[in-house]
Amino acid sequence: MEKFTRLTAIAAPLRRINIDTDIIIPSREMKRVSKQGLGEGLFAGWRYREPGSREENPDFILNQEPYRRARIILAGANFGCGSSREHAVWALYEWGIRCIIAPSFGAIFRGNCVRNGILPVVLDDAVIERLAEQVMADPQRAQLTVDLETCQVIAADGEAHAFDIAPGDRRMLLEGLDAIAATLEHAEDILEFQARDRLRRPWVYLDSAETTPSASS
Amino acid sequence: MARNIIDKLWDEHLVKELDDGSSLLYIDRIFLHERTGSIALKGLEAAGRQVRNPEQVFCTMDHIVDTFPGRGDDTLMPGGREFITTTRAAARAAGINLFDLGDPRQGIVHVVAPEQGIACPGLTLVCPDSHTCTNGALGALAWGIGSTEAEHALVTKTLVLRKPRTMRVRFEGRLGRGVTAKDMILHLIAAHGASGGVGYAIEFAGEAVRALPMEARFTLCNMAVEFGAWTGLIAPDEETIAYVRGRPYAPDAAHWDAAVAHWRTLPSDPGARFDRELLVEAGDIAPQVSWGTSPQHSAPIDARVPDPAAEPDPQRRQLMERALEYMALEPGTRLTDIPIQAAFIGSCTNSRLSDLRRAAGILRGRRVAPGVKAIVVPGSTQVKRAAEAEGLDKLFTEAGFEWRESGCSMCFFAGGENFGFETRVVSSTNRNFENRQGPRTRTHIASPETVAASAVSGHLADPRALD
Ligand code: SF4
Repeated sequence: MEKFTRLTAIAAPLRRINIDTDIIIPSREMKRVSKQGLGEGLFAGWRYREPGSREENPDFILNQEPYRRARIILAGANFGCGSSREHAVWALYEWGIRCIIAPSFGAIFRGNCVRNGILPVVLDDAVIERLAEQVMADPQRAQLTVDLETCQVIAADGEAHAFDIAPGDRRMLLEGLDAIAATLEHAEDILEFQARDRLRRPWVYLDSAETTPSASS
Repeated sequence: MARNIIDKLWDEHLVKELDDGSSLLYIDRIFLHERTGSIALKGLEAAGRQVRNPEQVFCTMDHIVDTFPGRGDDTLMPGGREFITTTRAAARAAGINLFDLGDPRQGIVHVVAPEQGIACPGLTLVCPDSHTCTNGALGALAWGIGSTEAEHALVTKTLVLRKPRTMRVRFEGRLGRGVTAKDMILHLIAAHGASGGVGYAIEFAGEAVRALPMEARFTLCNMAVEFGAWTGLIAPDEETIAYVRGRPYAPDAAHWDAAVAHWRTLPSDPGARFDRELLVEAGDIAPQVSWGTSPQHSAPIDARVPDPAAEPDPQRRQLMERALEYMALEPGTRLTDIPIQAAFIGSCTNSRLSDLRRAAGILRGRRVAPGVKAIVVPGSTQVKRAAEAEGLDKLFTEAGFEWRESGCSMCFFAGGENFGFETRVVSSTNRNFENRQGPRTRTHIASPETVAASAVSGHLADPRALD
């Protein structure tokens, strides 16, 4: 996974609340069993004029300069709610998004971001609204800096906004860690837990001789 | 110290606290389906990693499979076949339990997990699917994850999590006639917003919840995620225990008594604290129907389409305006004056045997209104067979419904079958998002009874007027 330390990039406001993962990547755009090739389908329902077409809708912000080069999204509350599809995050990443700033996130989506090198930042709605206004007022200054080392978002005018992030998530992003490898460092503890738990809750373990699920057709 | 049920389940599965304040939590069971599970299994293969305890991992075919009678691996979804065949090959290679097409255990993942006893009280269960919270109705900690997290759970039997805040939502008093679990959850979301539960694990409690039969409890917990919650659950009681007994993967006779004794320790202790408490008067709830593009856009069936101008919050107002534009509705229109062109009964929310029975009860002796396309899709092959054994399929087909094979079907649009451009559908599903059921399809979500009543009326209709 690519590391995230500090990013200075164009930010695009997409301030509607409850933008769900069906909007981020419509189901019809998930055509193959693959994490790749999804960027084209990002926001397809909004980006293109008709379902299935590739003719751009000029009214959609990510089709406009300079926002079509955005790496940061300034979002509304509950961004990424709905379906668990990780394709939403893969699509955002492939299109170029590296950071999303929102008052709140869908829980699964937020976890998916962290695991794929996208930084989810939670800021106050009023702060995001101000940032969005600045970014829209002067396209020449549509840039923000997001610093994960100092946990700050810095506006074009120099004003800094501190944010909180879970230390584990921060480390994973800063170091580009492989989460499975990190957990396997605790393999001993997991084995011990299982051994204890098997005595305490034997019925949970389906490998005992009594359980013989029938073969499938 | 008095602990709530969420604390107890958390503590029981805690492998260890990590340095940064997160927890390594033990995962009892993992469920996959061909849409998101395929990619997790492929990811593992590519990384050369093994599934640990494959006997605790299950996979079904539900999202992309066709629901037409006589189906095979071909589907109307472009590329759909690849999802099915890839999943089958990957599941076999990994040695996990597969409920393939043609298997009597096949069905929608969240219908099958309880039906087969794979979800049981006290377990942790995850699936790369947001409605995994459905299984919380058994008193389990069950939640949706991403595909990469699923890989993590498959390889390590654990997930790294931060403990969510806890909320209790008590529904006190009794539900009125014709009011269902679906109406309870839509009423709650309409009152507190689709993000009202963000960051919380929720215990649903109170007299009206305890009075719900098990299948209705699944409906209630199914939509906890539409409330923004991390998950929802209901403490196990006699109803739960009676439901679980004898199911294929449930504790067997040798372990049954010990398991039940353990489950009886799980309910929240008297005086247990929650970070937040909400109270809903069950008697105030009417049958609900959605008018917009978020479950929070729901209202009693006898209400009118609300006027965004009356909404003080600018963001909500904007969302309402956009929703009304998408739905092609005018403020002030009576909901029961809204004509529909299609009706759908199905999905992990409302496709169990009792859902089908109640809908069929309304259809008995009636016909779907002219011009309305009506489809019913049982939640599992087992539900389908049980329904056929008691003649429900006849009631549906005689009323003019299509009777299908089990699967997610038109709960969501995967690029294949759909109701059509700008078609107005009344649907027993859980999401009325833009384009969810098809390009520009306009979805009104409601209980199966309301769907049935609307199908025969040709417009959104109050089921209480028809029974
Ligand atoms: S029925 Fe619908 S909501 Fe449920 S799992 Fe299938 S697609 Fe998802």
